Amino acid sequence: MAELKYDKNGRLLFTKEMKDEYTVLVPDMLPIHFNIMRNIFVNEGYKVALLDNAGEHVKQLGLKYTHNDICYPALLVTGQFLDALTSGQWDPHKVALIIMQTGGGCRASNYIHIIRKALHRAGFDYVPVISFNLSLTESNPGFHLTLPIIRRMLAGVIYGDMVMLLSNQTRPYELEKGKTDQLVRLWIDNISNQFGQSKGYSLGEMRENFRNIIRSFAAIPRSREKKVRVGVVGEIYVKYASFANNGLEKFLAEQGCEVMVPGLLGFLMFKVDARIQDFLIYGGSRAKYVLATRLLNYLEKIERVFMESVDKFSDFMQLSAYQDTKAPMQGIIGLGNRMGEGWFLPAEMVELIVHGYENIVCTQPFGCLPTHICGKGMVHKIRDLYPQANIVPVDYDPGATRVNQENRIKLMLSVAREKLCEA
Amino acid sequence: MVIGLDVGSTTIKCVVLNEENQMEYMTYERHFSQITRKTVEMLRAIRARFPEETSWRLAISGSAGMGMAEYAGVQFVQEVYAAKVAADRYVPGTDCIIELGGEDAKIIFLSGGGMEARMNGSCAGGTGAFIDQMATLLDVDTADMDALAAQHERVYTIASRCGVFAKSDIQPLLNQGAKKSDIAASIFYAVVNQTIGGLAQGRPMKGNILYLGGPLTFMPQLRKCFDEVLRVRGTCPEHSLYYVSLGAAFSAKQECDLPAVIEKLEGYVSHSEWETLPPLFENEEEYRAFCARHAAADVPRGTLEELTGSAFLGIDAGSTTLKAVVIDEDGRLLHSTYLSNAGNPVPVIRDFLTDLYEKKPDIRIAAACVTGYGEDIIKNAFRVDYGLVETAAHFTAAKAFMPDVEFIVDIGGQDMKCFHVRGGVIDNIYLNEACSSGCGSFLQTFANALNYDVEEFSRLGLYATGAVDLGSRCTVFMNSSVKQAQKDGATTADISAGLSVSIVKNAIYKVIRPTSLDDLGKHIVVQGGTFLNDAVLRAFERELGVEVVRPAIAGLMGAYGCALYARSMAEPEQRSTILDRFDLERFTHEVRSAVCGLCENKCRLTINTFAGGAKYVSGNRCERPVTKKAVSDELNIYRFKQEYMRSLKPVPGPRRIRIGIPLGLNLWEMAPFWYAFFSDLGFEVVLSPQSTRATFIKGQASIPSDTVCFPAKLLHGHVEELMDAGVDAIYYPCMSFNFDEHLGDNHYNCPVVAYYPETIAANMTMRAGVTLINDYAGPHKRHDFPEKMTETLQKYFSGIRRSDVKRAADKAYAARDAYLDAVRRKGDEIVARARAEGKRIICLAGRPYHADPEVNHGIDLLINALGLAVISEDCLSGKMQKFPVHVLNQWTYHARLYAAAKYIGKQPDMELVQLISFGCGLDAITSDECRAIVEGAGKIYTQIKIDEITNLGTVKVRLRSLLAALEQQERRRGA
Repeated sequence: MAELKYDKNGRLLFTKEMKDEYTVLVPDMLPIHFNIMRNIFVNEGYKVALLDNAGEHVKQLGLKYTHNDICYPALLVTGQFLDALTSGQWDPHKVALIIMQTGGGCRASNYIHIIRKALHRAGFDYVPVISFNLSLTESNPGFHLTLPIIRRMLAGVIYGDMVMLLSNQTRPYELEKGKTDQLVRLWIDNISNQFGQSKGYSLGEMRENFRNIIRSFAAIPRSREKKVRVGVVGEIYVKYASFANNGLEKFLAEQGCEVMVPGLLGFLMFKVDARIQDFLIYGGSRAKYVLATRLLNYLEKIERVFMESVDKFSDFMQLSAYQDTKAPMQGIIGLGNRMGEGWFLPAEMVELIVHGYENIVCTQPFGCLPTHICGKGMVHKIRDLYPQANIVPVDYDPGATRVNQENRIKLMLSVAREKLCEA
Repeated sequence: MVIGLDVGSTTIKCVVLNEENQMEYMTYERHFSQITRKTVEMLRAIRARFPEETSWRLAISGSAGMGMAEYAGVQFVQEVYAAKVAADRYVPGTDCIIELGGEDAKIIFLSGGGMEARMNGSCAGGTGAFIDQMATLLDVDTADMDALAAQHERVYTIASRCGVFAKSDIQPLLNQGAKKSDIAASIFYAVVNQTIGGLAQGRPMKGNILYLGGPLTFMPQLRKCFDEVLRVRGTCPEHSLYYVSLGAAFSAKQECDLPAVIEKLEGYVSHSEWETLPPLFENEEEYRAFCARHAAADVPRGTLEELTGSAFLGIDAGSTTLKAVVIDEDGRLLHSTYLSNAGNPVPVIRDFLTDLYEKKPDIRIAAACVTGYGEDIIKNAFRVDYGLVETAAHFTAAKAFMPDVEFIVDIGGQDMKCFHVRGGVIDNIYLNEACSSGCGSFLQTFANALNYDVEEFSRLGLYATGAVDLGSRCTVFMNSSVKQAQKDGATTADISAGLSVSIVKNAIYKVIRPTSLDDLGKHIVVQGGTFLNDAVLRAFERELGVEVVRPAIAGLMGAYGCALYARSMAEPEQRSTILDRFDLERFTHEVRSAVCGLCENKCRLTINTFAGGAKYVSGNRCERPVTKKAVSDELNIYRFKQEYMRSLKPVPGPRRIRIGIPLGLNLWEMAPFWYAFFSDLGFEVVLSPQSTRATFIKGQASIPSDTVCFPAKLLHGHVEELMDAGVDAIYYPCMSFNFDEHLGDNHYNCPVVAYYPETIAANMTMRAGVTLINDYAGPHKRHDFPEKMTETLQKYFSGIRRSDVKRAADKAYAARDAYLDAVRRKGDEIVARARAEGKRIICLAGRPYHADPEVNHGIDLLINALGLAVISEDCLSGKMQKFPVHVLNQWTYHARLYAAAKYIGKQPDMELVQLISFGCGLDAITSDECRAIVEGAGKIYTQIKIDEITNLGTVKVRLRSLLAALEQQERRRGA
């Protein structure tokens, strides 16, 4: 039985013994990506479980144990953790929790503290919470992001992006229902297995995998009907997590739309780039600037392979390369806007518009601070510059009802359908 | 034929067109949430009316029609889109549609840059329902309200942000005797401002405007208000109520088998999709036992007839009701009354007293005491001996039922008060912020909307088996949750039970927010009229898992507490100063309004004059119009900061370029920096004037997010004012980072402070000749700043040399240091003086921009008027070193809060009052932590949430309660 150990500030640590004995609970945000990630950690000897518990009960738990004005994602994740701890499925003395800590100027960097406070209130002080971050703010003896793990995770993100991109373009048109999802599952397993054999994350192996993935999706027989194309952008958690956005993608699919959700790699690049932009705008340490630039260059290299593969082996649509999303921001928003989704959010809207996804749902938690500015605040400007844009901002929150949200989206779709008919 | 149905939140509208698109039939009915039944009835009526017709097309529109359409396989047309379709056909050339419905507000832009529609967000309250609610408050129907508005003479400021806010502005106006006609018009203007502020989002509304929907159809005055504010002449077309249903009919494509649809719809009942709660009572037996238990908590009673000795009178002039009791020397309850105050408490009290004197002509009242919203006016009008803050009145009464009471919850019609009692003194007080004042009147409004009286309505819910879980959010959200449940087929009983539970959840999780339910203790007294409702009481006990005491006089506790207080204060043989029979007969009350001219605030005053010349003035922010003396602002750091900013006057410079700096958000601290910087570079620097209400109104049309904090919204007005002042450029930089004061782990600005200039740039149109400079700036990097700033300025101005910028930067940093130093020194001076004079010191902690008088609404002055000194967090934070906190301490301004909270913990004569802007996400984190720090030091934490709202009534209750608690604590310590 692992002993509870604390650091000098009294923080409960995740120890080496815990790595063997404990199950690490991870709230799911993006099923494809997170399943690949989970398998990476399982291969490294961790016990990991993805949490997909949802429902009103989970929301109520979140409400009960967090400040009512806290962001919706924090509330939901807290609710999921507490629900898991009290579900009986796990021994609460044998689990640890993990949460991403981005460390920006947004409230999100405080989630870990909000969760700890909630655990304290609910009497789970003995459950360690691991901060998942790359800035080494909180270290744990039993949890290390080694270079091989980081490389696999990065590759996992990219594979996830690819499978998401392709499946979103095949699922609405597949002639045989379920074919796409079958292929998605197949690739999650396939990639995870490769990682388990220390394969699949070099650039060359990626290139080969990309080809196979693309060809397999391209081979799915599809109809040629014209569907309303909708892009989804917004605060990262409510954009991706169906629990948070009340099954937005499913709803849009039911309404007969093809949905494009930009991938995770761009967001990662944006976060790395933020360091570069800070240096360019305010000055400071050149060494950090050089390091960040190298990292960004590496990511761009992978992105290039990704994009070339899609173009070479299929006629699937893909959005802009990271650097190409930046240029149109001139005159819209400054590149120093780096908290939350920052300038990258309007950039994603614009790239969707120019790629034919003019109908956009912009999702944000109710009262989300950065998106007041970089989300809702930019809609007016973007519409001025791109009059074809048809954007609907939607707020998510435990009190907001689905009927209101869906009604607003339906309005956006009415306009979209009218345009589709005119075209 | 074609049928178009518009199933809205409160009504169903239906049109039938023939194949030539001519109107054959139309009808309009309230559905009282019996949506399916009403729809079926309507469709049946149509069939009966056109028995020959065999070929039908049908489309359903409207927010409540979505589920039904889906279920019956009928075409659904989104309602905004439907309105547009109809407008295209009937009024081509329309530029903009404004449609107000039962609970929705919509603006549809048709011309220029493609169609665009805006609907009210999840926060802005419904408008038709809102007007109904306000009419109830004024005790008139909506037609009368329109007629009243036509006679208005003046317009009061009413918060337009959401219905609940507006309500808490209107209530005090009513209590203070403002005229109904003026209030009616003010409500209309609030609706207009809400619609424009919330929905225009920077797009101008001009050209041909079309008014649609119920409120705009039935209320010409409302249309007039829109016309006036928008400077247009809009039209309300024929059939303006039916545009959505017409649009649905025009869009109807599919042939439908009408009898089959009707049959299908009849099967659309109660398939329960909502989360349900267990029934409040399993059976009648359980209910009877419950009633018996609570009946035991009663007061000794007597009658007026048998009274021989002295009597004591207690009055609770609440927001919607007025309660009064008479007790004798033994505390026996002899007489009581519980009346609606119908918007004006004065005549109600006069009638009560007249009646009392008639019933007991020889009554000898020894002392009287009044509490509640109407305390001041009643005290002045009737010469009542004592006034008592509400919390103290309730505590006094609760003690009579449970001497060891630990927690008191009072839910009234409009407000909720909860407080802990520790060691016999009032400890933490929780008052509902204006945003969640769901409370009893909410239940009442809902009951009325469904055609029930409130008792009947709540009784319905006692045994409901499918109670709807409505969550614990604000009432506006509940409205839409109810809508959703209705859509899913919930019965009225299910909704009633759900509402009762949600009121309780609101109280517990939104207002009290205990870290664990055990925090509330085991000895709980619940009171207030809302708890007379058994469903609410039961839900409360169930949620807490504790049996609580509900006194039989739950609705009278404030008044009873006052009477007990009067009894405890009265000297032997004392005679009350209250108007006697003789004076009462000659009682007169006149109300007139005036504008105070004693300072630049120009407060709108309501002056009440009573017989004998007694006067009561309200609407004032300070005591000057009453005492005719200036309030000493020497013990007020907020005034000092305001004066400091005023001293930064424009001085023409050699460059002959005027640079404007908007005085909002972080510029409340950075202004001295930029003023010195640009002045030294030879610019004339113009600060925008300090905010007023007009500043906000001026900028509201370009605000893109209606849920951003109020201080940010004000920026739009400041930028407008700078343009009015004719500046050449406006400098408002983005700043991710603030200065590192070494109190935290990082030194960010909050996302809104950091990037609001982006919002300004993207949503405001600069006038010709004005350049907005919102480039990123990094004064936190002392070394790199001159270099980077040179690059920025060279983009806009010629002849900027690096050496000049370097020199100007030195001046700027010095100016900032000088300012911060001045604030700290002034703070020390205030503390020293207050201590010498034996006054308590309040650290009114927030952000630098809380010094803005329009943001803090004069709370600083209110504290001064209560005889206390006011300092701010930045006076104290410099005295502290970094210390560990339980949050990520990464924002400069917030690190100051924690430091100040820690500091006051060691000062016996200092208290912390935290100002929190509604919508400030970071304060969700800071307020919990500040509370923990303050309470960790054994002190009382007080939080005041501020927004557009201008009513200081609740704030005053909070502060007076704090003072009462402190005095009590002191007495205990002394004893």
